This record gives sequence, C-alpha cells and structure tokens, in this order.
Amino acid sequence: MKFLQQRAGRLARILILALPLTSPALAASVGAGAEWTVPGGDPQSTRYSTLSQITTENVKTLKPEFSFSTSQSGTHEGQPLVVGSVMYVVTPFPHRLIALDLTKPGQTLWTFTPTANDAAYGKACCDLVNRGASYADGMIVFNTLDGQTIAVNATTGAQVWATQLGNLSSGMTLTGAPIVAGNVVVVGNAGGEFGVRGWIAGLGLMTGKLKWKAYSTGTDAQVKIGTGFKAFYAKDQGADLGTTSWGGTTLWQLGGGAPWSWITFDPETGLIFYGTGNPGVWNPDLRPGDNKWGATIFARNPNTGEAVWAYQVTPHDGWDFDATSETIAVDLPFEGATRKLLAHFDKNGFAYTMDRTTGQVLVAKPFVHVTWATGINLATGAPTLVAARQPHTGLPTSGICPTPLGGKDYVPASFSPATGLFYLPSNNLCYEIEPLKAVYIKGAPFQGADTNLSPGPGGYGGALIAWNPVTGAPAWSVHETLPVYAGTLATAGGLVFYGTLDGHFKAVSAKTGAVLFNTVLDCGIGSNPISYTAPDGKQRIAVYSGLGWLASGLAGTTCANGGEVHVFKLP
Amino acid sequence: MRRAIRLCVLLLGLGAPPALLAQTPAPAAPQVLRVCADPNNLPFSNARGEGFEDKIAALLANRLHDRLEMDWGMAKLGFLRRTLQARLCDVVMGITPGYPGLATTRPYYRSAYVWVTAADRHLHFASFDDPALRKLKIGLHAIGAGGSNPPPAQSMAKRGLGGSVVGFAMYDSAEVDSPAGRIIDAVAAGQIDAAAVWGPFGGYFGRPYGDRLVITPMEGDAALPGLPFAYDIAIGVRKQDTGLRDALDGALVQCRADIAAILADYHVPVVPNAPL
Repeated sequence: MKFLQQRAGRLARILILALPLTSPALAASVGAGAEWTVPGGDPQSTRYSTLSQITTENVKTLKPEFSFSTSQSGTHEGQPLVVGSVMYVVTPFPHRLIALDLTKPGQTLWTFTPTANDAAYGKACCDLVNRGASYADGMIVFNTLDGQTIAVNATTGAQVWATQLGNLSSGMTLTGAPIVAGNVVVVGNAGGEFGVRGWIAGLGLMTGKLKWKAYSTGTDAQVKIGTGFKAFYAKDQGADLGTTSWGGTTLWQLGGGAPWSWITFDPETGLIFYGTGNPGVWNPDLRPGDNKWGATIFARNPNTGEAVWAYQVTPHDGWDFDATSETIAVDLPFEGATRKLLAHFDKNGFAYTMDRTTGQVLVAKPFVHVTWATGINLATGAPTLVAARQPHTGLPTSGICPTPLGGKDYVPASFSPATGLFYLPSNNLCYEIEPLKAVYIKGAPFQGADTNLSPGPGGYGGALIAWNPVTGAPAWSVHETLPVYAGTLATAGGLVFYGTLDGHFKAVSAKTGAVLFNTVLDCGIGSNPISYTAPDGKQRIAVYSGLGWLASGLAGTTCANGGEVHVFKLP
Repeated sequence: MRRAIRLCVLLLGLGAPPALLAQTPAPAAPQVLRVCADPNNLPFSNARGEGFEDKIAALLANRLHDRLEMDWGMAKLGFLRRTLQARLCDVVMGITPGYPGLATTRPYYRSAYVWVTAADRHLHFASFDDPALRKLKIGLHAIGAGGSNPPPAQSMAKRGLGGSVVGFAMYDSAEVDSPAGRIIDAVAAGQIDAAAVWGPFGGYFGRPYGDRLVITPMEGDAALPGLPFAYDIAIGVRKQDTGLRDALDGALVQCRADIAAILADYHVPVVPNAPL
C-alpha cells in the first residue's frame, strides 16, 4: 500500500507537468514522468511519456549523450528503468543487473550478478532474452532465464530475495518482465515448446514467497476459475474447460499456454491482464477442440490470482499465434461514454478493443493482411475461419497471413492520450506450412523444417501503424523494408520513437507519421525506447541496440560487440 | 575393410604407431576434435560421456589422433545455431544427412521409430489404421512444435487418435536422470499399452527389462507417404569444413566394426539400408 501512495504522489507530479499539453482527464490516468519505473512506463502499459521538452520542432537536433556497452550478445529486448538518478539495465542471460549513475553519464554504480543455476546449460542453452525489470519499494525485481525471480536493493545492489520458480533443464524459463501490483510481484513462465504447462504466479513483494499460482490448462481449480469468474462469451463459459476443450484427450497436461510476455496492472479496476501462449507441443489434429486456455486473455485479481474473466482470442491455435502480445489499459470515449478499455494487438493480425471490466470485444479489425479468418464475430467472440488456411497433418498449406512471428509479436505498442491513437510495430509477412519435417527434437532425427516466410501484399516487411481503437482503422502507417520488431514510445512532445532491425532509430509525428528524426546505430534494435528526466532537469530518450539470432536472421546482420544502451538529448 | 577395422581397434588400444598412420591419408583435421552435445540426453550423450554418441566421438577422435573436447548445449530448437554455428565446437553427432546449412558425413547408423510393448500383451499393430490403437494408451514424447511433431505423432494426428495419446515430457530438472526414459518405464509398469519412440530410446531404456519388452520398428505410413520412419544418422560439421568432414568419413569407414559394437552395446535398433 505504501507503494501505491508513492505512485499516487508521482502521478500527481506528472499531472502538473502534463496539464498544459494534453487533455486533463486522460493525462491524469496514464503515462510515465521523470522516471521510468515499470516495463510499460506505467502500470497500464501505455509506454507514454508525459515529458514534452523534446518536440516535433526540436527533435531533429537530438544528439547522443552517452552509450554504455553491455558486451553481451543476444537480443536486448526489454527496456532500461530509471529511478531517481540511476538507470538499471538487465542484460540477456547470463544476466547482470547494472546500475548506471546518470549524474556521471555512462559510469557504473554497481553490478549485480545472480547465481546462475543449471550452469551446465548456461553457455548454450537458450534464446537468452530478458524483457526487463520493475521497481517497487526500493527494490529492482527481475526474472532470470533459469527460473528465478530476484529482488535487489535499488541503492546498494544487494540481493533482498531470490525465489526459484522453475528449472531451465525442464525447458521452463522466465523471459518476461515481472510487474508489481500492490504488494504482489506477478510472474509468468515460458517454455510451451517443451510441453511445459503455462502458469502465472503471485509472490509477496517483501518476501518473494509464493502466494498463488494459476495454470493456463487444467481444472477450474488449477486455473483459479471460481465463483467470481464470468466470461463474457458463451464459448468461454462452462466447467473445467481447461480439460474438457481438448477433445477428450489428456494432452492439456502438457498443454502449453505459457504467458511468456507482458503483464499489465490497472490500478483503477485493481486487475491484472495478460495473454497466454499457444496450446502446447501437439499437432493440432491431435488436440481437437478449443484447447483452453491457450491463446487467451485473462483478467485476474493480483492478490488472490482468481480469474475475473477470460477471452480465448484464437481457439484451437494451430498457427502458433499465442495471445502474448501486450494488453494496454486506457479509458476513452466510446459510443458516447467514457469506457474502461483494454487494447490488444494479437499475433493473429486482429486489433481488439475490449471492455476490460467484462472481457467484451467492442471492436476487432485486422491491422495487417489476414487470411486465416475473415473477421471476428462480435456476438460470439469467435473468429470466422477460412477452411483452406487451417493447418492439417500432411497437407501443405500456403498463403497463411500473418505468420508465427505474428502480425505483431511481443514487441509492445504505445498509446498517446493526446491523439487517442495506438502506435504498433507490425510485420507484413505470410507463410506456408511444410508439414512432416521435424525441427530439432532432443535426440531424435530432425530435418530442419523451414517455415517459408514471404512479404505480404505491398512487398514491404513491416510498418509502424497508428491505430484508432474506436473506429478500428489505421490513421496512418510508415512502411519499413524489414519487419518492425521493436517496441514504440509515445511522448507528450507529439512524437513516437521506434527502432528498426537495421539499426535506424526514428522519431515520427504522432499525428501524421512524418519522419522527423532518423539516426543509425552501429547495431540493430529489438528493444523498447523509454524517456526520462536526467539529473540536469532535461528530457532524455534511451534505447537498447543489440540483436540475437532471430532478430539478426530477419535483419541479415549480427552485432559484433553485443548490446548497448544509447541515450539521446537535445543540444 | 578388415584391415581398417583392426586399425581402429589397434589405435584405441595402443595409441597410434607412426608406421600405420603413415599409410592413411593425412586428415585435414584440427588437433582437437571439438564436439557439442547435450549434457543430459542418454542414450546419446551426457556430461559424463556415457552416451553412445560420446563413445563414438571418442573413437573417432582416437582414430584422427585428436584429443576429444566436449562442449554442452541443451538439445532443443536452436541447438545447432548456439553450438556448431556459434563455433563453440566443430562437430555435432546425430544429424540427418543433407541437413540444411551443414556438411554431413556418410551415415554411421540407421534406425527407425519403434513400438515398445510388453511381451505378455502380444500387441502387434499392422498399421496406424489398426482399430486397436483407438482403445489403447499410446505414449508419445511431448516434443516438436505442432506441425513438426515426430512421425508417430503425425500419423496418429492424421487418424485423430489424440484420445489415445499419453504425453511424456522429455525434459525435467537436472536432478532427474534421463527423463526421456520414463515413457519406457511406463510400458513396463503397465501404465500405458505401448510407446511410440525413436529407436535408440526404446532400445536403451528397454534394456533393463530384457525380454519383457518387445521392440518393433515401424514400417512407415501409407497415408503419409512423404514421411520417413527410418533415418540415416550422420555427423554434422559447418558447411565449409569439408576437410574435417572428409577426415571423419574416413574414420567412420575404418571404425565401422567398433561403431557397430557400441550401437549393439546400447541396444540401438539398427535397421538395414533401403535397397538401392
């Protein structure tokens, strides 16, 4: 509760700054101010900065202030935090938490190196990513790939607690950023491709002790669906759907649905929101049925873990769409009244505007070229499927758009209350499934099945899209040669910042998409920009560069010297 | 051929007599044979070098008068990228010939997916269309990724046999020795009626149960003619390392009998090559 009071104080300060520039009713609810203390900038995950010194007029004069090399390979996916005059950087695995002194730009205050478990696997185990940390009550809390959640004293760099939640060797990893909701740290696991069952857990902020754990498949008790649960759509209602929607099979036991990406906390409703991964390792023809709760958005009470509502975005996901894209909580005028909305831009290519109190889908329109479904039926909540684009055993299927990389992957969108628009990174790609070829299987023969990707209509690889969540239509878009595989930042200066895989770091007008700033870093970008006020009282923009295998494969380049934090300021 | 076999044995036992080495072409190999493998993946490899791939790698290193050096990577999607292609090592055992992006040796064994059943059950499946499969519990390793499941999973998916499938995780915490073997223990214990696994798993983990278990190679699936159930297994090196590949090829020929002995020792079900 102390934490919430502190936050309220911080928001009040932000409000004073922001009032002259933006609509007061909206500015009060969202945005990061001088500091960037949680992964999404604010608990609602808007990635909006209320700072406005950097404007559409002066952004072209932005200059590098300093850069800091982590000397570590792998995609630097998340974002740094800034608390007071300290910047916190979590590197890819094997992780280090590095505290940088912003009063002496680029200098290290301390480095915390967690004990790496499963050391035998450490050198070459995994896709090494980490998506960032959260700050609360004087602690930096982050997850490690080898299954720990760790709280570190933000001042001294000393470990406060560490909780082992899983084993790397079992295939279960923690790649997402934990969030803090009140006095609970919320963590979701990763590893569905190993047959790991997805779960989300709440830990005590002060102790790290497990308070609750809710699975993505299984009985209602295991999923924490109780009397307080009410799904909006009939398709998501019924007893024990986490076991009964698997066609009479027991495959839910290794059922995937890992919520490996972002978690949002809405202080207004007191709920957390997140999406689960695709349902398990199994060939879709083995698991007839909806396969709940794979590819589903959940709303839960962070204190108990109890589900409040659920909406399965992609039933019977055979495309690896997941529903792990971020969910963003905003209040906007909708059909004459201000509504509590939740925006979700799914890998399946549809942009969902939902009522976050009920899980009702209000708007669902494609934001990229989509061929697997013709639309989303708002009466039933179900996609209208295209039979020829459903993957089946032994049948090559072509022209599926979007791809397993998603119309937009986990790379997060931002929202500006000044424009009412969301700014989404997106991929314009289609693919064909070449069945019957095994990818790497432990100890068994494998043939390296390739997913053949090709650009979608228009021939470009991706776009930054400004999206109107009320009309369900783009306001504008900026085409990029490569998929846009990095998050965005919206600011009260009327700007949207984003990076590209080929190392361009850009700012565009939030209103028009006009490119106002474009600099080239020595390495590609797969991370999310942030903004903060440095000790000199001036606004800064910071972003990681550094690409690992997947992003490098898309970019066609690698980063010889590992990742870096780049900080920009006005002259 | 016999001479080559004796050479391999001789080298293993006594070291490399210079006169004999001079008779073989100088291998374009490094001084160290660097092999990447999973540290907990019996019967193939483990950190103590107890897998049959470990033994074969040691044999080849001896034959090439190289020191064997192992490095470890978790065998999962991206293994080759993180190990061989990242130059952590130069060699990866257990690769299908012609694997995209690699140079591969000649095969050193060929095995097949197998049924593992209890002998006293007298189960025999004529094909995946056998109606008995619908009523039985069939164990499958939970591996792959949807459309890239192993062949028996594909064939069962094609028939909608998900209700018969009992999934077994292949991975567990490091304290659990050989999690991939639990599926065979489950057959022996009568918890499932049959396991459909890659041959070496069946042979090795079935070995302690002796004649109580029956191992039957699968013949293929007429409904999925593009799907092989038997695979040649070779050694992979980076595409440009053809000198090393050629050296390994030579050593594989010379060590053929010893390799066969190792495979037999691990009860790897070896199936003959398809007639040319």
